[in-house]
Amino acid sequence: MIEVIQLLINGILLGSILALGAVGATMIFGVLRFAHFAHGDFMAIGAYFALTVVTVFNLPVLAALPVAMGLTALLAIAIDQIVYRRIRRVQPVILLISSFATALVLRSVIQMVWGGSNQVYQSGIQLPWRIGPLTLKPDHLLIFAAAAGLVFAVHLFLTRTRMGKAMRAMSDNMDLALVTGIPANRVIIWTWAIGGALAAAAGVFLGMDTRLHPVMGWTLLLPIFAATILGGIGRPYGAILGGLVIGCAMELSTLVIPGAYKPAVAFAIMVTTLVFRPQGIIKGNA
Amino acid sequence: MDIVGLAAYAVFFLNLVGIYAIMALGLNMQWGMTGQFNIGIAGFFAVGAYATAILTTGPADQRIGGFDLPFLVGLAGSIIVCLPIAWVVGRITARLRTDYLAIATIGIAEIIRLFFVNEGWLSNGTRGIPGIDTPFDISNEGYLLVIAAFVALTWLLVEIARRSPWGRVLRAIRDNEAATEAAGKDVARFRLQAFVVGSCIMALGGGLYAHFVGFVSPEAFRPLYGTFLVWVMLIAGGSGNNMGAMLGALVVWLIWSSTEMIAGLVPTALIGSESAFRVFLIGVLLQIILVSRPQGLLPEKRPPMPGKETR
Repeated sequence: MIEVIQLLINGILLGSILALGAVGATMIFGVLRFAHFAHGDFMAIGAYFALTVVTVFNLPVLAALPVAMGLTALLAIAIDQIVYRRIRRVQPVILLISSFATALVLRSVIQMVWGGSNQVYQSGIQLPWRIGPLTLKPDHLLIFAAAAGLVFAVHLFLTRTRMGKAMRAMSDNMDLALVTGIPANRVIIWTWAIGGALAAAAGVFLGMDTRLHPVMGWTLLLPIFAATILGGIGRPYGAILGGLVIGCAMELSTLVIPGAYKPAVAFAIMVTTLVFRPQGIIKGNA
Repeated sequence: MDIVGLAAYAVFFLNLVGIYAIMALGLNMQWGMTGQFNIGIAGFFAVGAYATAILTTGPADQRIGGFDLPFLVGLAGSIIVCLPIAWVVGRITARLRTDYLAIATIGIAEIIRLFFVNEGWLSNGTRGIPGIDTPFDISNEGYLLVIAAFVALTWLLVEIARRSPWGRVLRAIRDNEAATEAAGKDVARFRLQAFVVGSCIMALGGGLYAHFVGFVSPEAFRPLYGTFLVWVMLIAGGSGNNMGAMLGALVVWLIWSSTEMIAGLVPTALIGSESAFRVFLIGVLLQIILVSRPQGLLPEKRPPMPGKETR
């Protein structure tokens, strides 16, 4: 029982990280209509931006977080304007391949600039808190609180601002939104900015929890897509729920199968969703 | 480089071009003809390579195998082992929309790779399987003839398929699924057939690869080499066009090889890692191709309808 609770805590932590990635991925999917394969690599480069801030200015990681989010948002907008904007009208598949190429470029840039080996934000061992038989790292609590705060900020943005409402409208019904005169180009730019910033946050948290590595984001891409599909494409709230479910399922699965197959668990849930309820938990645009 | 070294390199180069050309032909059947977005090529590539590796190598303590079977039996094994796997994958994914299919297939490829990494009894884990012989004890030059024969055979078969009524149905599905369904064609069945045939061609490529390199390990089946380069080849060459697929394999492999030289010229202090710089170059190059010429070098030419004069 204790083991299950401990795994659930880890699962919620992983789930929060996945949820942050999945909210961005689902909004890009909803507004631009393609699966963005470089999303995991946005996470990784965001984590490395924060690493530079941490090492150069000797700041705590959380202080570097906003800088990393801002830089990654700018990078996402720049990639969209330089590459994706030109092929938006061709075919969704060309966009998809292009995002695959972006993923490779970003990953190799990380290797070239920061090197290919593992890195950490802070060396040294953090003393875990012991609550009865459970252990909790202070970092975990920080990550969870910050992730919850960000999700709440996204919620406010989507429900209270004109841009947020326009974004939801475009994701719900593209044609209707365009007819009613929504500034599509501005919505797209905002979508990339938010997707990039949230991905960066997810990457920083992942780096805090484990370590930084050029393929750190790629390994989470599949669970992120799984969360996106489980939650219903284009549904930010579904993505949050999906992220938590996938995160917990991945951690709990280690009770019965080897931990190496964690990504396979996410994938199995995704395929089951696609076969039995392709619209996701919360009805998406499938 | 002296002339002998250059010739040896050219032979090595053309062997790999041939292997990639076969995989690009397989992908062309799925994507170019049917419009199925499979980005799990690496998975079927790996299945083919491992199947022949296990069948044709000598006995080993750490893993299953050691059947010492002949080369052609190994290649047949590659295809036969791939067949049920591709069928199951195709069955599960048959009805999926393009982007869902993409996510599902890349997931399957990664799981196949995880399987080979973790199931040491079968694959010897990350250490891989060494000692896969080239057939008939021939050199790289001799093997080039073998590969050329397989490229020619594969090309002939997929070209016949492309011109056949079966190929026409596939193109109809790609261009307008609803209309094809309305015309009374069993769309799911045709898609499944194209998926399985294409995947088995990829597995054949994997089998030929294993005998050329002589060694398989999970490292070779990462999405970059196994999947991404094949896609670049097909898109650059011209999807829907079998000649284009093969031309793309040659051109992209030329570029990929020349990035090695370019990366060698740039000081390492500037780029950090040579291999990363090559990946960077090929990624940027693909973006340029996609933005400037999404239809590829050789655009699709449809075969004439029966009874019609060729213009």
